[in-house]
Amino acid sequence: MQTIPINTYNSPTVILELIYRLKVKDVMTRSLVSVSRDATMRSVQSLMKHNSITGVPVVAHKRLLGIVSMDDIIQALDNGYIEEPVEKHMSRNLIVLEDDMPVSFAISYFDRYRFHRFPVLNKEKELVGIVTTRDITTRLLWEINHEIESLERSGYSHKTADGLQHEIRTFSVMKHDFENAGYASTEIKKQLKSSGAFPKTIRRAAIASYELEMNIVVHSQGGEIIAEFADDRITITARDSGPGITDIDKAMEAGWSTANEWIRSLGFGAGMGLPNVRSVSDSFAISSDPSGTTVTSTIYFSDREKNTHTIDKNQNEEEPA
Amino acid sequence: MTAKDLSKALNYSISATGNMEGTVTDAYVGDLLSDVMGNASTDSVLITIQAHKNTVAVASLIGCPVIILCNGRSAPADMVEAAESNGITLLETTDTQYKAACRIATLLGSI
Repeated sequence: MQTIPINTYNSPTVILELIYRLKVKDVMTRSLVSVSRDATMRSVQSLMKHNSITGVPVVAHKRLLGIVSMDDIIQALDNGYIEEPVEKHMSRNLIVLEDDMPVSFAISYFDRYRFHRFPVLNKEKELVGIVTTRDITTRLLWEINHEIESLERSGYSHKTADGLQHEIRTFSVMKHDFENAGYASTEIKKQLKSSGAFPKTIRRAAIASYELEMNIVVHSQGGEIIAEFADDRITITARDSGPGITDIDKAMEAGWSTANEWIRSLGFGAGMGLPNVRSVSDSFAISSDPSGTTVTSTIYFSDREKNTHTIDKNQNEEEPA
Repeated sequence: MTAKDLSKALNYSISATGNMEGTVTDAYVGDLLSDVMGNASTDSVLITIQAHKNTVAVASLIGCPVIILCNGRSAPADMVEAAESNGITLLETTDTQYKAACRIATLLGSI
């Protein structure tokens, strides 16, 4: 029960990197509850109770002298010396960790010894913290979450080019992932901006891609946004894996929505999504059945823009009058 | 006027400072993001009660340099962070959306 279920030799590389990169000082608790050597076992018992902890270090001039554990307190109660000073009854035979050691050390120490916590000393041998399995697992879960997030993010989009040298970018969009919602549209916007499209065109593409992206987040089981950048147009395709739109005509009606209260409270479900996409598109197509919905929006660049787009990428800020 | 002049004149509390040189020419009141997306013009101040990160995404996509959260709603940390990284100024006020809109309309000379 004390062990942390991560091994320190053949776990996935990401995990290994993590437990070697993180130091004991990154995971330890710094706010210490400690006592001096003349405190009574009784006072430690009450400290444990009030702070909900199971071990209290005994300290003199920042030096660690020993630890009083819950076991020591039980022994003291059993044997009638609870009013005596801690100096006589604390555990002295201590295993300590150094604050600069990698967390992998701490993990293997918890595996090897029966202790519930290890005191942490700095280079000057001063007590600077205490580390429990809980400290480690909490921090590791937090870090692993971040690692996974960035791994997922890097898998979110990939670029391919078709035979006509169009650049195609595909973004995965997950159901109810409001956290990352807007990523695909932001990327599409950036790309158009850097290739010199006019602000008006960028805005149309941003609206189409955002609405389509949010539709996948809000209404589907998950899907993808595919953006195809050609010389004269951008085509945005949203494809999801169901459950499909029962009545497409209704879905195209402004103000009609199937979103629930929870979704509406986030500001979605105005019933304007698909109508917005259609109104900014030069060409628009939708098909749906229970296995999924596909929406395609194409926006053409103007002639001036095409020229700007391909010949002079610097003079692109103004829409022609 | 600039986002800076507007923020100064309104004197609302600033929770994120974006590109203060951004121009503000119009305003839009709305809490449904698709409605905002479809109808707010570029360079608008977005007056809303929608204290959520997605509001920043919408403002950024359509080019609203300033978001005002009304009725004392406060922006969660991830919203503030998103606003800062997108160069959007985020203001908070106890004013209602109507009051905020009236004040901005006066400042912009719309009424």
